[in-house]
Amino acid sequence: MLDVFLTPMSAAPSATRHKLFSPARIWALASNTLLELVRLKVFYFLLLFALLIIGSSAFVVKFSFQEQFQVLKDVALGAMSIFTWLLAVLSTALLLPKDIEERTLYTILAKPVPRCEYLLGKLLGVLTLLFLATSLMSFLFVGVLYYREQGAIASLGDMPPDEFAAAVAAVKASTFSPSLIQGIVFIYLKAALCASLTLLLSTFASTTIFTIMVSVVVYFIGHVQALARDYWLRDATVGPLTKIFLAFVSLVFPDLQLFNVVDDIAAGAALPMAIFLKTSALGVIYIAVYFLAGYFLFQNKEL
Amino acid sequence: MPNEKMKPRIGNAVVIRHPSFVVLLLLAFGAAKLLPEAALTREQLAAGLRKGQLDLEMRQQVGQLAFVAALSGFRAIVADGFWIHAQTAWERVDWARMKLDFDIVTSLQPRCVLFWEMSAWHMSHNASVAALENRAQPRAALRVRAAREFIATGEKYLLDGIANNPGNARLYDMLGMLYRDKMEDHCKASWAYFQAAALPTAPMYVHRFAAYELAQCPGHEREAYEILRALYLKSEDEHLPTLLKWLDRLQQKLSIPPAERVYNPDPEKSAR
Repeated sequence: MLDVFLTPMSAAPSATRHKLFSPARIWALASNTLLELVRLKVFYFLLLFALLIIGSSAFVVKFSFQEQFQVLKDVALGAMSIFTWLLAVLSTALLLPKDIEERTLYTILAKPVPRCEYLLGKLLGVLTLLFLATSLMSFLFVGVLYYREQGAIASLGDMPPDEFAAAVAAVKASTFSPSLIQGIVFIYLKAALCASLTLLLSTFASTTIFTIMVSVVVYFIGHVQALARDYWLRDATVGPLTKIFLAFVSLVFPDLQLFNVVDDIAAGAALPMAIFLKTSALGVIYIAVYFLAGYFLFQNKEL
Repeated sequence: MPNEKMKPRIGNAVVIRHPSFVVLLLLAFGAAKLLPEAALTREQLAAGLRKGQLDLEMRQQVGQLAFVAALSGFRAIVADGFWIHAQTAWERVDWARMKLDFDIVTSLQPRCVLFWEMSAWHMSHNASVAALENRAQPRAALRVRAAREFIATGEKYLLDGIANNPGNARLYDMLGMLYRDKMEDHCKASWAYFQAAALPTAPMYVHRFAAYELAQCPGHEREAYEILRALYLKSEDEHLPTLLKWLDRLQQKLSIPPAERVYNPDPEKSAR
């Protein structure tokens, strides 16, 4: 796995020039990071996720089918949001300290691997892990939802054809909608943003606990950043000190509420494509900027 | 450690080394994102997203932990928790607790039509009947008043639900039913059914129901007759017993000349 950058320089023939930026090296680092995280048995959380959504759907079995589907969607999407966030923060916070402790970092950076590539490989590894985890949870969620949908259709009983068709349409309208995919994309983007932010924190943090704690705090503040911004920009009655504080919160922290439309999507609201694209683009920009900031800090870090 | 040759570069320029550069970078990004973020927030709100009410009043109602959870992006799960709690309150026949829970649920998830619909149904149909049959209250006038209050609560849920989900025909349909069956206000019922009928997701029956209710709204009989006549002529599928009954009644009430009548029932049946 590490052959790409562990090959001795002396062994490299003069014909193969060292590239300043190599996607192959980055991918080698990313896949190695992914493998390391998978070996930490992080995917065991899927069992918990499965129990949660199957349990929640069984718990509300006495409700009407619309209520059952609503609760199932809310619980599944909420659980996906929690699990991906936890996975993003915990796995990213471990990366650098683990590499330093095991001395892998020194082995890699002693070779002609720029720190930028190292950091990018680490981030891509975590993002791949998050993608796999989100995909697996989505498949599980869709599977349970489909199973419940078929159960609800089967329980409709004998009806005239037109009434049956209307009832089936009502059941299907309560389960799947294209906006669910957009909601899942937002869950992934939010987790990816948190991963990038945690990587930035870990480049200067002294301990893993510190990184995790600060990342969790940023997550919570990120959800009230929009309130701070509104007060700062609109409310003229607040004092100068409060204004400075609000400005600090607004400028430094990400607005995570922008990615919280999944609750409305689960309730049946449609997400316009323009808003989806703009919010996604903002998420990608956040990830890039936090990565860049992390890189600037990491390149000056004394190792 | 990387040697001098391996110093990180962006293009040909050595990257600025001072950590304050990162702080400046983040602040610059923060300033650049401020207005686009505010604009995107406005766009999301205009599209009816993130309408859940999260203020101090809600904080007092749901408690600290649930409020933090709702604020942190788990609004739907908190709402579901209170919804399930409302169902247990229903089993205990605790209507006041149910109303509190419904208020919280509908405030947290205003885009969920199901919550508005069921909250209104419980209040206007179940709680009102329970209040009317409340043996603990010996005075009939107070029982009726309590029932009316529950019906008004149900009406409010539906009106608020419509305000939050303006394109939903189901809520107008339920409002029409509430005005018709619980308030016996046929003019309002007709208005609600017409509102539902104007929406693309409306079921076919609301067109007929709007006309039936209009027929019972004083001074609007002629309008109702024209609508029912048009429906009758539209398709044989519309020749339903209730429509025929109202068409016949209106033809007689408006003294439509026999030659102009589109529907001529058996005179004996009509007399009955």
